[in-house]
Amino acid sequence: MKYSVFSEEHHAVRRAIRKFVDSEIAPQVEEWEKQEYFPDWVFPRMGELGFLALRYPEEYGGAGGDYFMGLVVAEEMARCGVGGLPMAVAVQTDMATPPIMQFGTGEQKEKYLVPALQGRKVACLGITEPNAGSDVASIETRAVRDGDHWVINGRKIFITNGVRADFITLVAKTDPDLGYNGVSLFLVDSGTPGFTVTRKLKKLGMRSSDTAELLFEDCRIPAGNLLGVENRGFHQIMWELQGERLIGAAGAVAGAQKTFEKALEYARSRTQFGKPLVKFQVIAHKLAEMATELEAARALVYSTARKFAAGEYPVKEISVAKLVGGQVSHRVSDAALQIYGGYGYMMEYEVQRAWRDSRLNRIGGGTDEIMKEVIAKTMGI
Amino acid sequence: MSHWLFQEEHNMLRRSVRSWVDKEITTHVEEWEEQGEFPRELFKRAGDLGFLGLTFPEEYGGSGVDYLAGAVFIEELARCGSGGVSAGIGASVCIAAPQIYRFGSGELKEKYLVPTIAGEKIGSLGITEPNAGSDVASIKTTARADGDDYVVNGSKTFITNGARADYVVAAVKTDSGAGHRGISLLVIEKGTPGFSVGRKLEKLGWNTSDTGELYFEDCRVPRTNLVGEEDAGFYYIMLNFAWERLVMALGGVVGAQLAMEEAIKYARQRVQFGKPLSKFQVTRHKIADMAARIETARSLTHHALSLFVAGEDALTEVAMAKIYACETANLVSDEALQIHGGYGYMMEYPVQRLWRDARVGTIGGGTTEIMKEIIAGRMIR
Repeated sequence: MKYSVFSEEHHAVRRAIRKFVDSEIAPQVEEWEKQEYFPDWVFPRMGELGFLALRYPEEYGGAGGDYFMGLVVAEEMARCGVGGLPMAVAVQTDMATPPIMQFGTGEQKEKYLVPALQGRKVACLGITEPNAGSDVASIETRAVRDGDHWVINGRKIFITNGVRADFITLVAKTDPDLGYNGVSLFLVDSGTPGFTVTRKLKKLGMRSSDTAELLFEDCRIPAGNLLGVENRGFHQIMWELQGERLIGAAGAVAGAQKTFEKALEYARSRTQFGKPLVKFQVIAHKLAEMATELEAARALVYSTARKFAAGEYPVKEISVAKLVGGQVSHRVSDAALQIYGGYGYMMEYEVQRAWRDSRLNRIGGGTDEIMKEVIAKTMGI
Repeated sequence: MSHWLFQEEHNMLRRSVRSWVDKEITTHVEEWEEQGEFPRELFKRAGDLGFLGLTFPEEYGGSGVDYLAGAVFIEELARCGSGGVSAGIGASVCIAAPQIYRFGSGELKEKYLVPTIAGEKIGSLGITEPNAGSDVASIKTTARADGDDYVVNGSKTFITNGARADYVVAAVKTDSGAGHRGISLLVIEKGTPGFSVGRKLEKLGWNTSDTGELYFEDCRVPRTNLVGEEDAGFYYIMLNFAWERLVMALGGVVGAQLAMEEAIKYARQRVQFGKPLSKFQVTRHKIADMAARIETARSLTHHALSLFVAGEDALTEVAMAKIYACETANLVSDEALQIHGGYGYMMEYPVQRLWRDARVGTIGGGTTEIMKEIIAGRMIR
């Protein structure tokens, strides 16, 4: 088949996920967008089908698959018709949980990772704060040791799954004097006194995904909820961001691929001036450009995934893939909207949603500008 | 500050419109956007202040034909930051009413033009149909002569003010076999039996503007409601496209200007990595690029305006201005959103509205692709 990164085993999984998405998800996404929430049954159902744990080891309930299985999930979820749900799933599988897999104790894996992979506990990742976006090191949420507990104070914002989550993988300052080297990761259960969801944010797109503002006020958690090594949190989260960015890129490109396919279909069927839009050279070339950009971005994601899967830590390539994937996804959505003409501006046509949803790809998970900073640094600049 | 095109009386007008917009419109925009409409009274208010008659002679209640004054009003109105308000008022006064002014009988002027200028009646222009967008000549709504009436059958879509207009200047086929040479313009009053307003269309932006579908089923319209000559409608439509497109270009420049102002405001106060965003070279250069594009767009638009006002053939320059100015609004609002980072994705910040509102500019009033057809057609003999 076309992309050698996938084997027959991956194709079988892809078919299964596509069937699930087509029959159980896609028909309902419009409603979920309106409600600005997807139902609570989705995660447990995906867990039941094994889709949340494909690349995790069998000892934690996973299928023991390779990294490319994660790509398959991201790509197939991206075709569900909305961007919010796949983003929420990616947090569950590739953002909030990998640090537990990588840095957690056996007890933490049992309590958080295993149920998360089953979809029975929803996870969210708490890095961003109102005053700390791109500048992760400047976070102010503070964790102070007090006997057998840590006491947490601070705020988080733009937290995907933040409203529904059962726990948060939280980034907090444990030693303000040490800058980058004074940050730690914690696991905090929802419902812990002092931990509240203050707001569900109203967003431009990704509306089926709940995004929260969180508040920690003298929130006490057991000392055993420190995740990984104290004061190594920044490095741990930088590691997490690489996987997050690569999966994000894969999803962005796959979502845009679907948008492109639908635009092509529209251009074939819509006639003006006596012929289908595809018969106008400008439109045909526009579609060719879109296909070209998608092919290039996809190749980039796959070649980077190969390195990541092989155990490498290709920071430059991942940043490039995220930068290009995000930009291409939005450029393609924008070109698609233009092809739809006036119908592109109507809420009842999907393309405007793809345009709004894909716009986040250049901001979330690290802005384009931060990707460029990272790339420059990897070149020694 | 002197301007090569606008005189002192225009500057005075500008100040007075700006003051009105600041006091009576801008502060309400958030609320009206939420509601999905602006109060009908705004038309009357604008009429009372003389703002709707700037391009019409005194005999109809205008202040004398001055398209520079009309342009100033459009520029200042657009500063309210709600594209829908500009679209609603603009559609009545700049698109529907001029057809009656230029080609309508004395009776039609008395009945429709005078009250539109007074702000007592709202007009709409009904050309576009579900199967006739860019291809205006392919409209299918028919008007069959029958005694003292025309009997109208068909439908229209994407009609600005469509839901609440008191009348529509509708493009109808009076000679079905004759292509664009068989089109006429007919004024059809709201409430005429057989004329119904369908759904109010939900749009990506321009949310304060009601955009509707119109249905005509054996709708009897007096023959005296014919605007100008039978079968000359296509030419009338083409003739007023110049002003319509200038209005869109003028609005595009202002939309871009507002987006840049938001970006600068945000960049100056948002601190990351120890300094305001406005201190990062990349951000500074982005803003410089925005400013340069806006200045260029404004110059081109004012140049096209000056040709139009001088009665010269401005169609090429107008098409260029519409392309460039509306593309500028897209590019600048997109970059402004990017500068806002995650906050650019929040509905509570205005930049996302400027971005959504801008997007219709390269589609409505003639797509960029059609503008290019016009330019190429006039350049390449």
